[in-house]
Amino acid sequence: MSRRPYVREIPKFRWFFRQPRYLRYMARELSCLFIGAYALMMVWGSKQLADGPATWGAFLERLHSPSSIAFHVLALGFALYHTITWFNLTPKALPVQVGGEFVPDGVIVGAHYVGWGLLSLAVLYFAGAF
Amino acid sequence: MARSNKPIVWGPFAAGGTLTAFLTPALILLTLLAALGHAPDLLAYERLHAVASHWLAKLVIVGIVFLSLWSAAHRLRITLYDLGMRADALVATVVYLIAVAGTLAAIVYLLRI
Repeated sequence: MSRRPYVREIPKFRWFFRQPRYLRYMARELSCLFIGAYALMMVWGSKQLADGPATWGAFLERLHSPSSIAFHVLALGFALYHTITWFNLTPKALPVQVGGEFVPDGVIVGAHYVGWGLLSLAVLYFAGAF
Repeated sequence: MARSNKPIVWGPFAAGGTLTAFLTPALILLTLLAALGHAPDLLAYERLHAVASHWLAKLVIVGIVFLSLWSAAHRLRITLYDLGMRADALVATVVYLIAVAGTLAAIVYLLRI
């Protein structure tokens, strides 16, 4: 007599709509599409810069298109979500022990946010954004 | 002890995840400002060309590109598995190849500056 083992059906593209935390997980994972696309845009930008002032000017001009603005807004949102989720996980990945005590999670996460804020300000200042 | 290539794949993922967490929002903000018509001075041709002419800047840009692409590739690979794509070896080969090819292209372009 043969028995058929029970195989639980997992829908391929719908399982993450079942629970808000699955959806948040998927939003975090999909941030990679925008971060990867932005890195590829940097590669493309390097080529445009190497090709001379006219090509670089055309590259900057194309940034003004509505689809480019939409991409940037979405990419910024997903990049911020990646930053927040990444920092909030660091105490789990890198617990810091001082003497016999573990440094509280909030201190580790907080230090990351402070460093992030300072670095972002430094980048914006170096770029002459303000 | 069983040998595994996991640390080699995972190391740049963790480094890239950390780097993009710290840096990518600010970078996106720079080109978003340009897209909205308030381009920061750095994006002017003469200034950016001068900055990118230095070997250290080239190295930094290549580092950012490689770590961003690699961590995105690794995360995409894991996510595609979660979405039911079980051909992991094929997916891994494709996404890591794209990351490496993008990095090599960045090196070629930057060396022309």
